[in-house]
Amino acid sequence: MKSENYIKLEFPSRSVNESFARSAAAAFAAQLDPTLEEVGDIKTAVSEAVTNTIVHGYPDSIGKVTLRARIMGGGRIEIVVKDWGRGIEDVSKAREPLFTTGGEERSGMGFTIMESFMDKLHVRSSPGHGTTVTMVKAIKPKKLGR
Amino acid sequence: MKIIEKYSSGRLVLRMSGELDHHDARAAMRTIDGLIDEYLPRDAVLDMSGLTFMDSSGIALILKVERRMREIGGRAFIENPAKQPLRVIDASGIDRMIPIREEHA
Repeated sequence: MKSENYIKLEFPSRSVNESFARSAAAAFAAQLDPTLEEVGDIKTAVSEAVTNTIVHGYPDSIGKVTLRARIMGGGRIEIVVKDWGRGIEDVSKAREPLFTTGGEERSGMGFTIMESFMDKLHVRSSPGHGTTVTMVKAIKPKKLGR
Repeated sequence: MKIIEKYSSGRLVLRMSGELDHHDARAAMRTIDGLIDEYLPRDAVLDMSGLTFMDSSGIALILKVERRMREIGGRAFIENPAKQPLRVIDASGIDRMIPIREEHA
């Protein structure tokens, strides 16, 4: 699939980078002229994906996280968050609402929120090797006011 | 994220402002736990009108406050959530567990 524009960021899995990552994704998405609600959806989904790399990918260490985003045809944005951490044993279990291994500080709603705020969510994980979360959202074209 | 508390006659209002994510959640919960222990209110109100961003870490925090309030025989409420936090609350379905109120001052 041809991409029209892209960014790639790499950062360590420190929680202070959660807000940086979602703001960067939102700033990149701005070229599609999204509504405030669409920007909020992208920020939220990126925040969930990046938090997962920190809490679940690298629970006892600091590791590498990458955030890639690209503009595709038809006003769509694809966002890929990748870690090389612990991985997920059972992806379909992890995607169930309220399921968490993160204790009472986590709600188990991360994947549910990514799913409902983005149009597509794909999770690929290999235990011991890491997790890749790919999300796509179509930004609705705005009517030109005259 | 910032929390400003206001207490009067059994009602503890916690006005949250800024962004609430996993990075801030632990400190926010510690602050709120401390305030609930201090005042032992009948109602704890999470005023989310000034919260510009919240992710599922906020959901975990809301559920924890709700549980803590039940433990001391009180109730928890969410008040005036801004648009983005409200979308996260709606997506999570926790509006079945904690009342959300729109108060117009």
